[in-house]
Amino acid sequence: MTASLQRGLNAFREVMDAPIASFFNSCVHCGLCADACLFHTETGDPKYTPIHKLEPLRKLWKREYTLLGKLAALVGLGATVSDAELEEWSPLVYDSCTLCGRCTLVCPVGNDITYMIRKMREGMAASGHAPAGLVEASRRTIELGSPMGIQTKAFMAQVRGQEEETGIDIPVDQAGADYLVIMSSMEILGYPEYLGSLARIFKQAGISWTVSSEAFEATNSGIQIGVSDIARQIVARVVDAAEKLGVKYVISPECGHAFTALRWEGPNLIGRPYKFEVVHILELLDQLRRDGRLKTEGKTGEALTLHDPCQIVRRGGIVAEPRHLVNMVASDFREMEDPGMYNWCCGGGGGVSAITEAEELRFKVFRIKKRQIEGTGAGTMVTACANCRNVLEEGLEHYKMDTRMIGITELVAEHLKQEDAS
Amino acid sequence: MSDEQSLGALLREQGISRRGFLKFCGAMASLMALPGSMVPAIAAALDKALRPSVIWLSFQECTGCTESLTRSHSPTLEGLILNAISLDYHHTLQAASGEAAEAAREAAMKQFFGKYLLIVDGSIPTKDGGVYSTIAGVSNLDMLHEAAKGAAAIVAVGTCAAFGGLPHANPNPTGAVAVSDIIRDKPIINVSGCPPIPVVITGVLAHYLTFGTLPELDDLGRPKAFYGESIHDRCYRRPFYDQGKFAKTFDDEGARNGWCLFELGCKGPTTFNACATTKWNQGTSFPIESGHGCLGCSEPNFWDAGSFYHALSTPITPVGRAAAVAAAAGIVGGAAIAMHNRHVKAAARSGHQTVTVNDLEQASGETK
Amino acid sequence: MNDMALLLWARGPGLQIALVVFIAGMLLKLFEIFSLGRKKDLSTPRPGKAWSGLKTIFSRSLPDKTLLKRSFPTYLMGYTFHIGFFIALLFLAPHIELFRNTTGLGWPALPGALVDGISLLTIVALLLMLGYRLYHPVKRFLSTFDDYASWALTMAPLLSGYLAFHHLLLPYTQMLALHILSVELLLVCMPFTKLFHTVSLFISRWYNGDALGHKGARL
Repeated sequence: MTASLQRGLNAFREVMDAPIASFFNSCVHCGLCADACLFHTETGDPKYTPIHKLEPLRKLWKREYTLLGKLAALVGLGATVSDAELEEWSPLVYDSCTLCGRCTLVCPVGNDITYMIRKMREGMAASGHAPAGLVEASRRTIELGSPMGIQTKAFMAQVRGQEEETGIDIPVDQAGADYLVIMSSMEILGYPEYLGSLARIFKQAGISWTVSSEAFEATNSGIQIGVSDIARQIVARVVDAAEKLGVKYVISPECGHAFTALRWEGPNLIGRPYKFEVVHILELLDQLRRDGRLKTEGKTGEALTLHDPCQIVRRGGIVAEPRHLVNMVASDFREMEDPGMYNWCCGGGGGVSAITEAEELRFKVFRIKKRQIEGTGAGTMVTACANCRNVLEEGLEHYKMDTRMIGITELVAEHLKQEDAS
Repeated sequence: MSDEQSLGALLREQGISRRGFLKFCGAMASLMALPGSMVPAIAAALDKALRPSVIWLSFQECTGCTESLTRSHSPTLEGLILNAISLDYHHTLQAASGEAAEAAREAAMKQFFGKYLLIVDGSIPTKDGGVYSTIAGVSNLDMLHEAAKGAAAIVAVGTCAAFGGLPHANPNPTGAVAVSDIIRDKPIINVSGCPPIPVVITGVLAHYLTFGTLPELDDLGRPKAFYGESIHDRCYRRPFYDQGKFAKTFDDEGARNGWCLFELGCKGPTTFNACATTKWNQGTSFPIESGHGCLGCSEPNFWDAGSFYHALSTPITPVGRAAAVAAAAGIVGGAAIAMHNRHVKAAARSGHQTVTVNDLEQASGETK
Repeated sequence: MNDMALLLWARGPGLQIALVVFIAGMLLKLFEIFSLGRKKDLSTPRPGKAWSGLKTIFSRSLPDKTLLKRSFPTYLMGYTFHIGFFIALLFLAPHIELFRNTTGLGWPALPGALVDGISLLTIVALLLMLGYRLYHPVKRFLSTFDDYASWALTMAPLLSGYLAFHHLLLPYTQMLALHILSVELLLVCMPFTKLFHTVSLFISRWYNGDALGHKGARL
């Protein structure tokens, strides 16, 4: 089987639901979503207006799901969706949308545009118009187990490395543990210290946890490319492993889209609720802080600012937690302009960081982040998403900025009370 | 019955003083909204005017218009009938009756052919050959056709003659129509109202006598001097409308305070007449002043314009039934489109082929 | 057809036709939307989700604070127009009388002069909105026939109402008839143009707020 326009349009028909029909009915073309989208604000190009990115999906809705559209079709009026059109829209639906959700937040009539883009990607992928970078990432996740091609052997090597680094045993495949820790491939590959930090924090807090040699990858390329069939397969690995080990909680790593995939989309993909709970690492750390099980000492006097990952704040509801944690260990925390749920995306979410063709555009739209960072005057930026961090580091390098980046978990671990951590 | 004697000579013969004559001209000028400087001109014109012959035909009517005319206060009816015009036929007012009356009409029509003024009150039934109203065995329709032939102009007095009026109201069993629906080749002045204001009738006649021409008319054929402004615009209760103060019932506080009667159905805003300025009964008052809203009687179709007691901005027919029918239609139509939509979506779902990583490119690979 | 006959047609048969198309059309559109269904979300909601949909219906009427500065003209014109339109619609005495007559519900009117001033402001706002739509790159880019038609359909009752109120341009009766007819045209077109947002925005906001509330995200 191969991708085809017919399969794509069929997917459009499948994803159409009452919310989408209502959203299309409601749009008054006010253009406010454009002002909320960094791809428009930084380029000034009207084609990046969020609602415009959905035009092919809207056309199909109008023609096949409305009385007026059907009547028009009967007399030969009303446009059909062509393959060339979908091809033209691919850069709009993928390269220039990070599913950041700002448009969804500002739309005066209440349209959840992000939701629609996510749904539209089902048809774009099924018709063969997903970017090569995301296709390859999905292939690697399915065939090798991780979008970056990390296999169990490599993961175990990182586990051992962190054990050596911290001198703490990291439990592997331990049935009956309370918490299962999974990681995003970016963390495994680029920021393994996240795992070491967890080990130290959990030791101090006395938490029973484990990693799985079968399911360690949290990143879900299926969500990003927009293929539920693939996303289901990927999330099922984690669900199977977690339920086999009998853990009570699975800890989603900092990575925003991994959290969305596991926390919100997962049960809907597999068609049932989980037998465990999903908790984001920031939620858990903040819980430990409140319970007095997370003890830190000393505060860095460095000026810090915080980048809020979209999927964690706007589409995840975790806004206060990172602030509690940063304030716990830093005395000069500076909010950016438009912080929290209003924060601007790093420019690489929603799979965009995996799209090679989008790189130039990504750097272009990074200028808004640059302004935000420079506005704080802080030399260090904390974030809670490995993908954001990677994209931000590339942006900082591109613009030759010397802002230092650090993950929240590591930052907290750096200040763990010594006697407990040793 | 009439001769070529001038009006001025006639008036002097009747002992009307120069002063009284000028007073009458002044009243006319003010009624017709002419400048005071026109008074001598009016006097001169009227002085030299010959007594025109007037034929008054009463058709499908209630005599209310004639009743109104007899209450005209300025100029007086006597002055008008006896001195200004030569009323050669008016079957209600004239002494003669039966064949003598009809003979007088026919004589006048012949003698003054092309010069007489034809006044009509009442509508003209047209159904079944016009049998629903006849005079001396002649249908109104035929009589109008005949009388109109030699008329210099026609004055349609009252809303019935002007617009069909009450007989024309739904379901209009006699097929009643206005004069202007039948006669197309003569100048027609509509003096609408049910009844028209007396001085408006005489004012129009005075204008005709003075200038020998028709006054300036609005698009409904009414003299602009009298029908140029709406009752609402000239109403002394207008300030209450502008302030949003309305009587809600005929005996509430608002009614007693003389607030606006719009909500009680007053049709003043769409009614063009001189009631609010000229008033009735020797200038005593007009309906709104007496506490009742305007019925809109000088406008076409006023009898069918919904309830007299419902505001102008409300529907003239109840909407409940239409709404119920519409709701039923919407639900049936909606159910049909709903079934269709569900069918399309279900078909798409059953046509779903699992997408694997090998299905993400088109066969020829031309898209990448 | 004389002015009065036109007015009577507008107040009688015209209104009946418009109302039938409007009510049937609106219901049909609702069926059209809701028939597509919505899958139950199987993920565990965060606590406090219950009223988030309802809350969003109201909260989205407030401007987004980050956009207020950036998109100030859009907000200014949008608020002026919408608030003005509803004041003119709901607080002019003749309009209230219409609602009282058809629904039995009534409320006090505002002084005519006040509504008059607001109407003028509303008309100006709507004119500016058209100008801005033609000028602003994004708005112009997005605009379709529907946008311009909807603009005209909205402007017609406002303008004819204003002109009728002041006896401008045409005889009052004629202008009043045109005013009522323009409203009827608006009703007829409402289910089938973007004007349907007047209803669907409540549905959209509810869905949006419900989804955000499910995730515990601030609305």
